Amino acid sequence: MGHELELYFHIPFCVRKCFYCDFLSGPADTETIERYMEALLAETEGSADAYAKYSVCSVFIGGGTPSVAPVSRIERLMEAVKRAYRLAEDAEVTIEVNPGTVSENGLARYRQAGINRLSIGLQSAHNEELAAIGRIHTWEAFLDTYGQARRAGFENVNVDIMSALPGQTLSRYRQTLERILSLNPPPEHISAYSLILEEGTPLFERYGKESQDNSDIPDEDTDRAMYQETKEILGEKGYGRYEISNYAKEGFACRHNCGYWQRRSYAGFGIGAASLVGNVRFRNGESLSAYLENPLGCREEVRHLSREEQMEEFMFLGLRMTEGVDAGKFRQLFGCDMWEVYGKVIEKNIRDGLLASVSDAVLGRLALTEKGLDVSNYVMAQFLL
Amino acid sequence: MESLDKKTEQSRIRNFCIVAHIDHGKSTLADRIIEQTGLLTSREMQAQVLDNMDLERERGITIKAQAVRTVYRAQDGEEYIFNLIDTPGHVDFNYEVSRSLAACDGAILVVDAAQGIEAQTLANVYLALDHDLDVIPVINKIDLPSADPQRVIDEIEDVIGLEAQDAPLISAKNGIGIEDVLEQIVNKIPAPQGDAKAPLQALIFDSLYDSYKGVIIFCRIVNGTVKKGTKIRMMATGAKEEVVEVGVFGAGQFIPCEELSAGMVGFITASIKNVKETEVGDTVTNDDDPCEAPLPGYKKVQSMVYCGFYPADGAKYPDLRDALEKLQLNDAALQYEPETSIALGFGFRCGFLGLLHLEVIQERLEREYNLDLVATAPGVVYKVYKTNGEVIELTNPSNLPDPSVIEHMEEPVVSAEIMVTSEFIGSIMELCQERRGRYLGMEYIEASRALLRYELPLNEIIYDFFDALKSRSKGYASFDYDIKGYEESKLVKLDILINKEEVDALSFIVHADSAYERGRRMCEKLKEEIPRHLFEIPIQAAVGGKVIARETVKAMRKDVLAKCYGGDITRKKKLLEKQKEGKKRMRQIGNVEIPQKAFLSVLKLDDD
Repeated sequence: MGHELELYFHIPFCVRKCFYCDFLSGPADTETIERYMEALLAETEGSADAYAKYSVCSVFIGGGTPSVAPVSRIERLMEAVKRAYRLAEDAEVTIEVNPGTVSENGLARYRQAGINRLSIGLQSAHNEELAAIGRIHTWEAFLDTYGQARRAGFENVNVDIMSALPGQTLSRYRQTLERILSLNPPPEHISAYSLILEEGTPLFERYGKESQDNSDIPDEDTDRAMYQETKEILGEKGYGRYEISNYAKEGFACRHNCGYWQRRSYAGFGIGAASLVGNVRFRNGESLSAYLENPLGCREEVRHLSREEQMEEFMFLGLRMTEGVDAGKFRQLFGCDMWEVYGKVIEKNIRDGLLASVSDAVLGRLALTEKGLDVSNYVMAQFLL
Repeated sequence: MESLDKKTEQSRIRNFCIVAHIDHGKSTLADRIIEQTGLLTSREMQAQVLDNMDLERERGITIKAQAVRTVYRAQDGEEYIFNLIDTPGHVDFNYEVSRSLAACDGAILVVDAAQGIEAQTLANVYLALDHDLDVIPVINKIDLPSADPQRVIDEIEDVIGLEAQDAPLISAKNGIGIEDVLEQIVNKIPAPQGDAKAPLQALIFDSLYDSYKGVIIFCRIVNGTVKKGTKIRMMATGAKEEVVEVGVFGAGQFIPCEELSAGMVGFITASIKNVKETEVGDTVTNDDDPCEAPLPGYKKVQSMVYCGFYPADGAKYPDLRDALEKLQLNDAALQYEPETSIALGFGFRCGFLGLLHLEVIQERLEREYNLDLVATAPGVVYKVYKTNGEVIELTNPSNLPDPSVIEHMEEPVVSAEIMVTSEFIGSIMELCQERRGRYLGMEYIEASRALLRYELPLNEIIYDFFDALKSRSKGYASFDYDIKGYEESKLVKLDILINKEEVDALSFIVHADSAYERGRRMCEKLKEEIPRHLFEIPIQAAVGGKVIARETVKAMRKDVLAKCYGGDITRKKKLLEKQKEGKKRMRQIGNVEIPQKAFLSVLKLDDD
């Protein structure tokens, strides 16, 4: 475990920014994309020596919409990874795509290049809802892409959906879930997020202020009902919730994502990409021009985590997983007892019904309850020392 | 060193102050006067007083700008000593203003050439005239495009009745006409009268605590002479000490001198440890040769506004006590005594001259002493007449006796003067009515401006009256008031219950007729301020156990982060940290966490 590494590649481009999106991404011209992919390649190759001792167990090409980059660029990137890094035989290699930005041929070439997991941004099975949040595609376009992916040989597919969208009702949300589940074969993995109005996004401008009419946005009770339904409907069909917003069939939990919560080492490439190597966190700056100029010189915010910070992370990241945090592992890592450090907080949250103690592990395990999952930030904030 | 001051003849001293409405240019004119005059007389310069001053400078003592002595060589060829005494510009400090005026023989009235007379102009001029000061009007800002000096001159003559035709037309900002002002000070302000041989009688107009010298008394010598070794006595407080040093006020320095005699303005130090011993308005006399009677006008400082200060972190209680102790060394008007609140723990009930004074102290505690404070709603001092004949001066609403034993209650009332342009008269009258004002009369100052006179309960104006006045008159109204006395009133205690628990720190006294309205708005405001909890929180307002208003803070249902993208843990942690930081500024009351600012924001109910 100690020498496992995940790689993350950030492709900050998309056809058009969605109305809810506050990630580092935006449309760009072909030349900029080409130059960026070149720089990304340079950073990937140039950093390889530093990670020579690691075995790469997961690769994630995310964005933005990575599929707006020419397929040949993705192929070259994958070649570089295989050449310069020790990519494990059974590594999970994911790329995010959006309907309408890929062809069947392109998908087949991804597959050929060693990518074995596809994450498709759908968000909703209703075209009006898609339009309301600024998605560029329709449900029909998704069906095309999904079919192409299966034909191209992808056997591990994730579909992203969102609840609490403007205009969405409980029954329409249920329909989205049902339509996805009736795909043949249905996806192995489903990410179900609830819409959060982030400041600075067009949706926030439209609905986020108190003075505005936000009756289009489902109220809190509906929002919670949607969350609840997700769990029930997906549960019936054999999907387990393994993280706050993620569901998977047995054996298909996203290894890359779990790595973040389990504090596995990961190296991020591209602008704004974050890394954790051992107990050092750092990230690249967000300036595109600086990155194009010198892709290996953009590292900033290097932070050696103190023992306390490591404990905090262990707790608040670990609690995102439904299996929770293992007290035995805490002791092994920090040489002291989890209950000793956090006893008071744990006791309070158990009393409030937000945490539950599970005794399947040697020293016990601690996980968020159903109620705790709803207010996870509230609970996690208390674990900061 | 030869005695400098014996030779200073009274006839060449001018003691004066500058009065003005805020922003009419008082401090700019003061700066110009100091710039265009000298620090020392030619004789003093020869006597090497500068040596002493350097010493002061090395010790890093700078004086508060309450008084400054400058030397002016007039057109008649003589050198005159000007003592310019500063007066605080806020109604909270009316008594201090009156004592500063009493130390002067004349006043310069600065009026803005564009804006003309304002409420504070009038209040200050009347105060000056009450003290028999000769007032020289000065028209400032004549270089403004909108300046209309002749209109303002006419206004001064018509409204105040002061001869103003030869008022200097100046621009303090641009240094125009200052010489004219200086000459009028010499020619129109009378020289002090007083007998240097009579028993000592000196008026304290301010004092300052200095860690080297102890208390430094700022005074005007009315009669007699004081010097090193004189055994002085404060006639009101009875404090006695031997004088260590006397001197005058240079611009920014204390300049020691041999003695101070009748007519002079200067300082006295005498190893006094606390400004409480040297109250403003008290008379200093020679204990070995006392004067017959103290100077008139002394009043014991009385707090008009009270509130509770509590440390946000209970463990900081001793720090708060120390800080208050230190502030009080320099501020005799600040009063405090320990109190306990069920909601807030240990703290202090503090008394202030007014809301501005309160805010200044609160800010100093927070900035200079780095304390995080929770302040409870400010209130005035009510008189509670009990059925058994006892009278209580109530400073903390929680101590209100049971209604059954209260015969009646009284509240302080002020006489207010509000100057406003005619278009806003209606909305200002409305405001005064809402605040239970009693209309006394109105007079037109000129065609488009009027002076409204009202009697208003003090508790209706201490929070946000000034803000409301400004917003309802687009900033044109000006306001001044004087405490008139106590009047009987129908008052009740409004209690706030959060999650069914009474929060004593939020209780306040209110007129029975406005209880419902205030209670309703308090609840609304608190609903905005109190964050959601895991459970529903009822907020209720009650009078005598009867609930009159209610709001509910809904339970928190959802508090999750959306995608945590590309492993950007730092961003997530920042979010959690912000959340945790927010919690720190909360006060736990029962099960409920209440943000500290909720305790103050509920006062500003006139926002909508």
